[in-house]
Amino acid sequence: MTEYLIEAHNLTRQFGRRRERVTAVDDVSLGISEGEVLCLVGESGCGKTTTGKLLAGLLKPSSGRIRYQGQDVWTQDKESFRKYRLGVQIIHQDPYASLNPSHTVHQILSAPLLHHNLVNGRRQARERVVELLQIVDLTPVEDFLTKYPHQLSGGQRQRVSVARALTVNPSFIVADEAVSMVDVSIRVSLLKMLSRLRMQLGVTFLFITHDLALAKFFAWEGRIAVMYVGSVVELTSTPELINNAQHPYTKALLAAVPEADPNLTRRKKPITLRSQDIPSLRNLPPGCRFHPRCPLFEEGLCDRVAPKLKSVGENGHQVACHRVTG
Amino acid sequence: MKDENATIWDTNPLSVRNLWVEYLGERGMVKAVRGVTFDLRPRESLAFIGESGCGKTTLGLALIRLLVKTARISQGEILYRRSGRETAVLKLKGREMRHFRWCECAMVFQSALNAFNPVLRIRDQMYDTIRAHWRMSQSEMRERALSLLRHVQLDPERVIDSYPHELSGGMRQRVLLAMSLLLDPQIIILDEPTTALDILTQRTILELLKSLKAEMGFSLMFISHDLSIAAELADRVATMYAGAIVELGLVYDIFYRPAHPYTLGLIRAVPTVTGDFQDLISIPGSPPDLIDLPTGCKFHIRCPYATDRCRQEEPTLEPYGPDHSVACFHVDQVRRDADAIWEGTGHVAAGEAA
Repeated sequence: MTEYLIEAHNLTRQFGRRRERVTAVDDVSLGISEGEVLCLVGESGCGKTTTGKLLAGLLKPSSGRIRYQGQDVWTQDKESFRKYRLGVQIIHQDPYASLNPSHTVHQILSAPLLHHNLVNGRRQARERVVELLQIVDLTPVEDFLTKYPHQLSGGQRQRVSVARALTVNPSFIVADEAVSMVDVSIRVSLLKMLSRLRMQLGVTFLFITHDLALAKFFAWEGRIAVMYVGSVVELTSTPELINNAQHPYTKALLAAVPEADPNLTRRKKPITLRSQDIPSLRNLPPGCRFHPRCPLFEEGLCDRVAPKLKSVGENGHQVACHRVTG
Repeated sequence: MKDENATIWDTNPLSVRNLWVEYLGERGMVKAVRGVTFDLRPRESLAFIGESGCGKTTLGLALIRLLVKTARISQGEILYRRSGRETAVLKLKGREMRHFRWCECAMVFQSALNAFNPVLRIRDQMYDTIRAHWRMSQSEMRERALSLLRHVQLDPERVIDSYPHELSGGMRQRVLLAMSLLLDPQIIILDEPTTALDILTQRTILELLKSLKAEMGFSLMFISHDLSIAAELADRVATMYAGAIVELGLVYDIFYRPAHPYTLGLIRAVPTVTGDFQDLISIPGSPPDLIDLPTGCKFHIRCPYATDRCRQEEPTLEPYGPDHSVACFHVDQVRRDADAIWEGTGHVAAGEAA
């Protein structure tokens, strides 16, 4: 088995109590190797952000384990836990909400440096802040140091968020819809910057998005995991997922997604699902979560037994579906 | 008035001429719509694409005169035509305006949840709309409401007695569509029709819009930041930048033969899912401040083609080929470059096949 930088085993997370209880993430297992990029794709409410927060250590799993550099995250001693927390950073979706509005860019970036004793004194902190701003292309640096978040555009704020994540030299970054709130024309430059960080600094990425096209662009050399109502239903390399999807849900997504190319998008033949309704987390269907909508539904099987993620074909293509056989 | 063009003028349900809209902001005048001119043709669907703050939503609101109090239409004309009669929308008052605003031209707003009154059943919200405009008995209203809900492929008996929070996002969007069609308008304006929806729901709404339009024959004007919705649904596309239309043309021309550097930039910045893997290029800089606009062409700061002329003089929307107009001094060069970029990628070849 390959050594993963971070891995999840049967990760489950529930919210609420008693009758209000919902399972947002249900038995998710996956691993990300060092320097790799894994994209988590799915629709709103499928549990992708919760999975990201679990991997970043911001939420404790209800059951299941997370291992970082081979160590179980939640049972290790305090010192190793601190190291894990420093090694894993998250970039949130909304750069308007994730930066303190009353702090300048310099304050935002120097606080973690000083707090974690990563620099000797304020002068060195300033040097490091300047360096970080250069890494995220906020130049000339002097223009940005004394600015407050409200004086920056959405794209610039998100660059500050990235710079803040980099202050502690993380080895793993969870980017949760990091470019979704940014305008189309600026999105690409942000994505390219993140790709560059991955190459230059060897940072491992979990890239969470609802946008398949962005996932494809960012993770072309990596893998994509498709989530549906709390579970991973398909996991494989990006080109394989785009060109040879196996799970009926992934196929339906690919056939439905509108494309910024009139011929391509108008030639698509959407797959008809048996139902339009996304199941409520409070009232999940038994067996396979997708069975009430699935065109391949088989009575007595799909509505009874929940399929497990299993390998089909070669190259580690994994699918959770009874009707797909390798 | 314009006799020589009578036939053309009669056919277009909506003509907008040199429309300017400003907001009075704390820092000064925000010029949100600057000299917009276009015609909406019968039964067509016309997409307005552009990034946030380019004025596309303001334009939609101005057409049905639902702008906030701090906004002002400082110049321009909006002409509406139905059965040979022409109406100047900006001159309408009180009752006439209310009639225009739902019987002739309806708008579906962004964010389907906020568009409803949360404490009223769908039934009552639909009846309110009918009652405000038509005289109808209770049973006739119910019949009309049920029939439209059926048209948008909902279970009418169930939905009509529901509260908005009991419906999913896709269902709410469909109810809004049904409500916009209640009074049989000739024009529907959609603001970001599918933005907050999941991919599969989005697909259902798109298919529904296509079939409704074919069946009912209204003209559709929709506003989106998402190029793929335009590629999917539009007959013609208008690209907006800093409050002005910078390019207007048939959807295939806009996507395969763009002639404005901003349109070209947008298309090169958006990836496709099932198409070939292509490198993406972003547009440098960010959209301008609408209070303090640059001189000349508003795009010149971000434009690789900018010359001294662009910095001093703002280009106007001029015809460039049949059914295609562009506001740029370097049209030919942009066209040549666009062709060169896509040569060999299959992109242009795909365009010719259409």
